Amino acid sequence: MTAIGSAARFAPVRLLGRIHPSYAALLVLLIAIAFLTPNFLSPLGVMAFLRRGASLAIVSVGQLFVLSMGGFDLSVGSLITLAVMGSALMINNDPALTWHAIALVYLMGIGSGLFLGLVVSYLKVPSIIASLGALLSIKGVALAWSGGSPQGYLPDNFRQFGRVTYHDVPIIQVLPMSVVVLAVFVAICAWLFHGTTFGRLALIVGDNPRAADLAGVRVRLVRIVGFLVSAVSAVTAGILLGGFAGPAQDVGDGFELQAIAANVLGGTQLLGGRGSVAGVVAGSLTLTALFTVLNLIGLPKPLRDAVQGGILIAAVAYSVRRQGWEK
Amino acid sequence: MLARLALAVAASILVAAPAFAQSFDDPKEFQHQRDLLKMTPEGPAGKPWEQHLGGGMVDTGKYKKAGPYKVCFSNAGVGNPWRVVGWTTMQAEVDLEKADIAKFTSADAEGKDDKQISDIKDMVASGNCDILVVSPNTTAALTPAVEEACKKIPVITFDRGTNSNCPVTHILPIGGYAFGIVGAEFIAAHVSKGGKVIALRILPGVDVLETRWAAAKHIFEEKGIKVLGGEHNGDFTDGDRAKTKSIVADYLAKNGQLDGVWMDAGATATAAIEAFEDAGMKYPVINGEDQQDFLQAWKKDKLTAIAPTYPTYQWRTAIIAAVKVLKGEAVPGPIWELPDPAITQDNLDKYVSDKLPPLHYAMCGCEGMPGYPERWGVKK
Repeated sequence: MTAIGSAARFAPVRLLGRIHPSYAALLVLLIAIAFLTPNFLSPLGVMAFLRRGASLAIVSVGQLFVLSMGGFDLSVGSLITLAVMGSALMINNDPALTWHAIALVYLMGIGSGLFLGLVVSYLKVPSIIASLGALLSIKGVALAWSGGSPQGYLPDNFRQFGRVTYHDVPIIQVLPMSVVVLAVFVAICAWLFHGTTFGRLALIVGDNPRAADLAGVRVRLVRIVGFLVSAVSAVTAGILLGGFAGPAQDVGDGFELQAIAANVLGGTQLLGGRGSVAGVVAGSLTLTALFTVLNLIGLPKPLRDAVQGGILIAAVAYSVRRQGWEK
Repeated sequence: MLARLALAVAASILVAAPAFAQSFDDPKEFQHQRDLLKMTPEGPAGKPWEQHLGGGMVDTGKYKKAGPYKVCFSNAGVGNPWRVVGWTTMQAEVDLEKADIAKFTSADAEGKDDKQISDIKDMVASGNCDILVVSPNTTAALTPAVEEACKKIPVITFDRGTNSNCPVTHILPIGGYAFGIVGAEFIAAHVSKGGKVIALRILPGVDVLETRWAAAKHIFEEKGIKVLGGEHNGDFTDGDRAKTKSIVADYLAKNGQLDGVWMDAGATATAAIEAFEDAGMKYPVINGEDQQDFLQAWKKDKLTAIAPTYPTYQWRTAIIAAVKVLKGEAVPGPIWELPDPAITQDNLDKYVSDKLPPLHYAMCGCEGMPGYPERWGVKK
C-alpha cells in the first residue's frame, strides 16, 4: 500500500493519529482524577502523582533500551525486590551502612544486567526466555536471603529518596526527592537514547540486527549495554519503592509487564526499531493515572483487576494499529 | 461460533458465582467470641499461655508414659514473620522442657498440603514419636492425615484446625471475630458518629480474615459508624506496604482528614500511618497488631491506638500440652481456648522495645525464655 493510498483511506484517523494516543489518554485520566480528588490540581497533588509514578517511569525508560533493540527484560520486577530486600538485610537499621548497601545493590544489578546481556549475545538464548529465567532466579535469591519474609529495616537516610519532600520551593512549592531522581534519570537516558551514537545504534540493531552486524555495528556490545541500563533502572526504582513504603517481599511483582505495557502505550515498537523516552514517560504516567482512577472510583478489587486488564489490552491494540497506519 | 461459546461460558460463570460465594458471617460464633472476651481466664496468673477460657478438661490417663519423651511436630510452614516468631518460641519451650523431652523432631511443610500429609505419615511410621503436634496448613486437606495419625499416637493441633475431633485437644486463641471486635470497638469508642473510617484488609476469602471483618462490620453498624468503601467490603491491600500507603493517600486526597483506620492485620499498619504523616494530616484512631514496628510508632507518635493480637505464645502452649498429655495430666479440651489479650495504652510499655526486630510479634510470652532476646533476632 502506498503512503498516499493509506492517507486517503484513513484521512480523519490519520489526523487523530498525529496526537500521540498516550498523551490524549493521559489527559483524559488526569481530568478524571481532578474531578475525583479536590486538591489534585495543586502543586501538592501533582507532585504526589509524579512521586507515585516515578518508579514505574524509571523502569519503563530502562525497558525502552532493551525493547528498542528487539529484546525483552522480564527480570526487572525481581531485581526491584532484590534491591529492596537486599538493602534492608544489609543495612539492618544501621544508617552508617546505607551508602555501602546502595553501592552493593547497584553492583548486583550491574552483574545481573551484564550476565543477561552476555547470555543473550553469546549463547543466543532469546531474551524473553533468558530474562524469564533471571526473574525466577533473582526472586529465588531474594526470598532465600530473607528467609521468605521481610526482614531488616530501612533507616531514614535510605528512605529519604522515596519519602522526603522539600517544602518552600519557588513556583512549584513542594518537590519530592523521588521526582528529582526521576528527572535526573530520565534526562540521562534521553541524552543516551536520542543524543548519542549508542542510541542510534540501539535502534538500528532493533530494526535489523543482521544488517547492523554486516554494517560493522558491534551488536553484542550494544545489547549488553541495553541490559545494563535496564538493570540499573530497576535498582533505582527499587531504591525509590523501598523508600516510599519500606521493605516488602513482593514489592517488585508485576513491574516487568507494567513497564512493557507503558512502552507500548508510549509508542515503543515491540521487537525493536522505534521508541522515544518522552513517549515512554507519558505511557508510564498514563498507567499510573489509570491505576489511581480505578482506585479512586472504588471498584471492588477483582473487578478492578479485570477492568485494568481489559483497558490495557485495548490501549495496546490501539497503539499497535496506529503504528501500522503510520508505516 | 467462538463468540457464542464465550457468551455461554460467561453466562455460566455469572450463574455459578453466587454458589461459590461463601458466607463467613456466623452471628452465633460472633456472640460466643464476644462473651469469651469478657470471661476471666482460669490458670496460672501472668502466664496466659497456660490459661484457658471456660471449657472442660480432657482426661489423658490412657496416654500416660514413662519419660523422657519423643515429641514430633509437623509445621505448616514458616512463610511469614508471625510463624517465624512462633516457631522460635516453640523451640525455646522445648529447651525449657529438656528434662522431659529427650528428642524433638520437626518437619517444615513449606506451606504445601501434600508435603505436610507425607510429613505426618513419615513421622507416624517412623516410630520415633510418642506424640504428634500439628499446625495444619489447610483445614480440609489435612483432616484425613490427622485422623490417620490419631489411630496410632496422641495428636495435638493448634492455630488452624481440622474437621476432626480426634486430637486430644485443639489449641487456639479466641479467634477471628474477637480480633475484629477489639479493634472496631476501640475505634468506635474514639470516633464520633459520622466520623470517617476506612477498613484495610489483606485479601478476601480467608476464613480468619473474613471473620475479623465480619465482626468489625457488626460493631460499626451497631455504633452507627459508616465505613468508607464499606459497601464493597473495605479495601484490599494484599498485605503490601506500598499499596496500603497509596490507598490511604488516595482516601486522604479525596476525603481530607480521616478519623479512623481499622485493619484486619497489622503488618502494614505503619505504612498507613506514614500516609497520614506524608500528607501532613493528624493521625487517625487506628488498630494494628502486636508487631514491634507498630508498637514503636504508637509510642513515638503518641497514637490513639490498640493492638488486638493473635498470640504467638500458642506455639509454647502446644509443647506444654504435649508433655502434660504424656504425663497423664488433664488438659483443657477438646478445644483449649487461650486468652487473647490486647495491647492497650496502659500496657504498651510492657511490650514495646526498640531492640527487637520490627516484625517481631510482642505477644510471644517469650520474655523469660532461654536465649531471649538474641534468639528472636536481636544482635548482641
